[in-house]
Amino acid sequence: MSEPLLNELSQVGRQGVRYPAPDVPLADLPDGLTRHDLPLPEVSEIDVVRHFTRLSQLNHSIDTGFYPLGSCTMKYNPKINEETARLPGFLWVHPLQPVETVQGSLALMYHLQESIKEIGGFAAVTLQPAAGAHGELTGVLIMRAYHAANGHTERKKILIPDSAHGTNPASSAMAGLQVVQLPSDARGNIDLAALEAECDDTLLGLMLTNPNTLGLFDEHLEDIVRLVHDAGGLMYGDGANMNALLGIARPGDLGIDVMHFNLHKTFSTPHGGGGPGSGPVAVSAALADFLPAPIVDIIEPGDEELPPLYGFVTPKHSIGRVKAFHGHFGIFVRAYTYILMHGAEGLRQVAENAVLNANYLMAKLKGTYPVPYERPCMHEFVAEGQVEGAPDVRALDIAKRLLDYGIHPPTNYFPLIVHEALMIEPTETESKQMLDGFVVALEQIAAEARTNPEVLHTAPHNTPVGRLDEVKAAKELILTWE
Amino acid sequence: MKVPSDLKYTKNDEWVKVEGDVAIVGITDYAQEQLSDVVFVEILLSAGDEASQGESCATVESVKAAADVYLPVSGTVTETNEDLPDNPEMVNSDPYGEAWMVKLTLSDPAELDGLMDAAAYEAYCQEREH
Repeated sequence: MSEPLLNELSQVGRQGVRYPAPDVPLADLPDGLTRHDLPLPEVSEIDVVRHFTRLSQLNHSIDTGFYPLGSCTMKYNPKINEETARLPGFLWVHPLQPVETVQGSLALMYHLQESIKEIGGFAAVTLQPAAGAHGELTGVLIMRAYHAANGHTERKKILIPDSAHGTNPASSAMAGLQVVQLPSDARGNIDLAALEAECDDTLLGLMLTNPNTLGLFDEHLEDIVRLVHDAGGLMYGDGANMNALLGIARPGDLGIDVMHFNLHKTFSTPHGGGGPGSGPVAVSAALADFLPAPIVDIIEPGDEELPPLYGFVTPKHSIGRVKAFHGHFGIFVRAYTYILMHGAEGLRQVAENAVLNANYLMAKLKGTYPVPYERPCMHEFVAEGQVEGAPDVRALDIAKRLLDYGIHPPTNYFPLIVHEALMIEPTETESKQMLDGFVVALEQIAAEARTNPEVLHTAPHNTPVGRLDEVKAAKELILTWE
Repeated sequence: MKVPSDLKYTKNDEWVKVEGDVAIVGITDYAQEQLSDVVFVEILLSAGDEASQGESCATVESVKAAADVYLPVSGTVTETNEDLPDNPEMVNSDPYGEAWMVKLTLSDPAELDGLMDAAAYEAYCQEREH
């Protein structure tokens, strides 16, 4: 790859922007707060535009190719989302404007909150969290605050299945909780006996990813919820896999007390390349008073002539603010656009087609790659990246070889409970032709693994850079210019 | 896959070697193979610590995953492998030798009876391959 860094493009004295003469008196910064040497690159606008456009062309993206990255829901991002996010009334607002001057934006946030409540079966929502794991942290802090308000500060234990998302234990540890991992049983459900043994009066709650990272809906969900609630614990739902459930099941109705939603997965806002993400957290009525502040509400009801007045309110026992200002507002516009464009019936079809596409791929591929849990999947499934007759070929080789076919690899080596895991999530936005092309690519790769394994071991060959040295990348991090 | 016959093993893929009343702990060849290239090791205990069976004694991170290492037996830590954090690749090259993690004096030798011998551990690994 030959693209230089901006620092390497820098030419002394080159300028991209010429500032107008100041129209306020100049003032010097106090001594000790200034420095004379700040080696920022000196480049023009065209240098910067070409640099980043070239980098974007070297990258794989949902606009250029299939992206079956399991549990990431890399669905197509409709361009109408960009149109609405660029409406001047949304684009040019500032979070410090008086609320009377941003009523349209507040109305959008209010209606997005209402939509999430209806889709998830919850009583209240915060839009603040910046992305999924931030939503998890917010959620477990709400659970902790709820127990503390009830005098149960001794409840510190949180149960996390080994088929949960990898961020769950990290979010819990960050909230000061004691993480206990629960094993899966032979059908990929939570081991109920192991769960029952942990249900005591130190239990804060359980973090459930459902469908889990095997793409399986837990067949004992009702028992799990009952055991946790009977022990005084709360149920956290990881909403990253909500694409499987839209319009079909509401987590709040199933007994989930707190859940984050990933607008950048389920609701088609940009994912990857920095997003930014957005991880709203929804709660049951019992937890509504603990939400982060502020949240948008109707301050004065409207009537036939006047619309309602929207404003900010602080829940009674709020855990406080978790994000500067009000969250990633531009993403709210995109997600709300997506919800309105689909409507209730359309969102249900999203989930139905996401599940259908995943089952189609699983049925087509299971003769070529082993699938460890033999039952219908939800929106994704996990195969083993192993080919009979090619013992040296691993999941990583298969993943890298897919890049040569113009396809982003599936998530690999996760979940950890599957040997050489390849976690495949096609999403609902791909056509049958694209899915068939993916099957053909994986079948060809399996054939290559038997006849010419070296081409897999040294893949990728058709990308801007070849096989990267991951060990060196992990051990010798260079994060600054000189 | 190497499974030395003079060691005891856990279901979480730790090994323990007993020399007199001293126990030496590390992770197995199977474990390093599953982790692939190890890039980071942190030992969580220090000499003098009283530690019990099942307690987290080290964290191992590879390009694929991060894993906790749990003590197979209880005891008082006498020494930790100070060279290992600087040379994490030793976990891949010599899991039963240079990549030992913790030495401790056993406080309850009866705990050893609850661990697997080499034959049982080998069978356990083969079962997980399928």
